[in-house]
Amino acid sequence: MRMRFLIPLGVFVIMVIFLGIGLKLDPREVPSPFIGKPAPVFSLPQVAEPSQTFGSVDLKGQVSLFNVWASWCVSCRQEHPFLMQLSKAKVIPIYGLNYKDEREAALGWLQQFGNPYRTSAFDADGRVGINWGVYGVPETFVVDKNGVIRYKQTGPITEQVWTETLFPLIQKLQAEEVGA
Amino acid sequence: MNPRAYLSLLAVLSLPLPATEIREFQDPAQQASYESLIKDLRCLVCQNQSLADSDADLAKDLRTEVYNIIQSGKNEEEAVKFLTDRYGDFVLYRPPVKPITYLLWLGPFVALLGGGLFLWRQARRRSVAGVDDELSAEERQRLERLKAKIEG
Repeated sequence: MRMRFLIPLGVFVIMVIFLGIGLKLDPREVPSPFIGKPAPVFSLPQVAEPSQTFGSVDLKGQVSLFNVWASWCVSCRQEHPFLMQLSKAKVIPIYGLNYKDEREAALGWLQQFGNPYRTSAFDADGRVGINWGVYGVPETFVVDKNGVIRYKQTGPITEQVWTETLFPLIQKLQAEEVGA
Repeated sequence: MNPRAYLSLLAVLSLPLPATEIREFQDPAQQASYESLIKDLRCLVCQNQSLADSDADLAKDLRTEVYNIIQSGKNEEEAVKFLTDRYGDFVLYRPPVKPITYLLWLGPFVALLGGGLFLWRQARRRSVAGVDDELSAEERQRLERLKAKIEG
């Protein structure tokens, strides 16, 4: 009968556990509905060469990172040195989507801080960004050999995100066969 | 300026100004569905605001998308699908009923039912058992002692 007094304690402990889990969740991280789906089709002029295009077809054939960035984006600047490191290490090609930016500003940014991207597509009005479900730059998509989105990182790629999540995933994807 | 004109000016100035741009439709039904849609869709940047309330750049772009969809004669479902295809159910203030949201939708009713059942059982047990006012022999002895003490 005495055990009955333990019930409120039990309820309290369960509540604390749930609240504790709640504290660890990041409400800013909205799960992307694109995981496991083909990258949304687009074709845009490149930032550096407006006469040339870059599009979803160019994302096929290899595992790549598709990084959404802008010169006005503060967290992108924070992320940028790490992307530079990655591009120097040549682990994976990085493509960029220059989101709602101005060409001059974007080019200046790349010149000043370095260009980790093989190519950046120029999405001036942000329509392609919307089609990719972009809501907070920087965002990075991992696209596999078949052009399917396998992962999305919202917010800057950090050392921790890279070693714990992205790199193991990329190694796995690089081992996959094309068309599998 | 005469007082009446002054007052009416004041009244006009104190009208709540929409935080967002004004969009006009030819068809009042379309206007109504646009207005109700953007109130029911969540802005992803400032997550506690609807698309209608948010001043964020993305919210403005998404309002434009919704506007274009409705303007082109498509219905509300298509506008909602456009957004959920890209941003998931998160954009909906009213999430759909599906396995992952069962707990969300049914949880309160389950809790209510559980609480009701618990109360009912408690009440029944009490009415069956009656109030336990019998003192044990030990307690009675103690009562006697206390009485004796007080009465001296």
